[in-house]
Amino acid sequence: MPWTRDEMAARAAKELHDGFYVNLGIGIPTLVANHIPEDMDVTLQSENGMLGMGPFPFEGEEDPDLINAGKQTITTLPRTSFFDSATSFAMIRGGHINIAILGAMEVAENGDIANWMIPGKLVKGMGGAMDLVAGVKRIVVVMDHCNKKGETKVLKACTLPLTGKGVVNRIITDLCVFDVVEGGLKVVELAPGVSMQDVKESTEATIVA
Amino acid sequence: MSKKVYNTAAEALEGLTFDGMTVMAGGFGLCGIPENLILALRESGVKDITAISNNAGVDDFGLGLLLQTRQIKKMISSYVGENKEFERQYLSGELELEFNPQGTLAERCRAGGAGIPGFYTKTGVGTLVAEGKEHRDFNGETYILETGLVADLSIVKAEKADTHGNLVFNKTARNFNPPMAMAGKVTVAEVEEIVPTGDLDPDEIHLPGIFVQRIVKGTFEKRIEQRTTRKREHY
Repeated sequence: MPWTRDEMAARAAKELHDGFYVNLGIGIPTLVANHIPEDMDVTLQSENGMLGMGPFPFEGEEDPDLINAGKQTITTLPRTSFFDSATSFAMIRGGHINIAILGAMEVAENGDIANWMIPGKLVKGMGGAMDLVAGVKRIVVVMDHCNKKGETKVLKACTLPLTGKGVVNRIITDLCVFDVVEGGLKVVELAPGVSMQDVKESTEATIVA
Repeated sequence: MSKKVYNTAAEALEGLTFDGMTVMAGGFGLCGIPENLILALRESGVKDITAISNNAGVDDFGLGLLLQTRQIKKMISSYVGENKEFERQYLSGELELEFNPQGTLAERCRAGGAGIPGFYTKTGVGTLVAEGKEHRDFNGETYILETGLVADLSIVKAEKADTHGNLVFNKTARNFNPPMAMAGKVTVAEVEEIVPTGDLDPDEIHLPGIFVQRIVKGTFEKRIEQRTTRKREHY
């Protein structure tokens, strides 16, 4: 059985370590926050200018001045700090964030990632994604292995305009976990009941032993 | 009373607007946007604005209001996904658009305000953003040259000002406001409260008043884009 969205998020949470400063992207990566072990000290960064992001507020306690990068209302924690956008991206670009977990439309065997633009469709903008993939020490992508049409998103080369070149370290899909290594992608873990053959059939990228 | 304090947003913009001007507007989404000064800009009737702002508001709020009236010619932003009128004008070719990565946009403002005409960044290397830009290697890594931005006018929003323009922001409503305030040839700040000079603890001031030329007390709607909550029984 392939992993569900929530199981993918749980798997991605295993990438976190005690003391880490972490940026989570929108979509499945947001769910990773629900799987951080109680005894693990992890600080979430929100690129609009907050370190130490708390859970959603109780109804009636929403504060319009307190939102995350997805523009959702959130809360503070005892450790929280606020800062301006230039300082926020100094943290990101300056390599001070330990890991970013992001969604993607396509990834390639050389670590390229595309997740901001589909030519011919409306372009909404890259937001902070290009800064994150360029500046954060470790980039983990969490995404479905195939798109809604059943076409693989794990490619030899991205077809969509790139968000970053050669920046992805690890890819977690509903079928498996890949590491980006010399010469292609290496399968480091399979979802329960998924075979190497299943992965090969759903992957265009070169799989190395 | 300090000469920086104005009675209304319209008065605070008097003599500062002209057609074809560049305006920076602080805020992230609808959080910490200068609501009152955007309305005053609309009433001023100024045209052909190049607006530098992380987002473009929504159809009927924030910078979306200046799109409705076609007062904006060009936008420099990082993300504009929440605005239908923006989409219509952009697809019909009425509106020019320059996308900047969010951190690059923030740093371009900070640099502009700090007297730095250009800086090198890794962000965007190997992407459309890098096309036509100078590439240079430092310590074995490739960077691209981005330029500092300066605006004819910056409009920002803070929680509190003293009468000398020292500003204090609230939570994530700080966002682009400080770097944009630094990068305005003239900066006008709208605030929820103006306190006498001396009432703010000098150590608690987020933005020194040297970057702020005019201040006005506003009234705020503070619209929420994504109201997300949790149920009490969960905790």
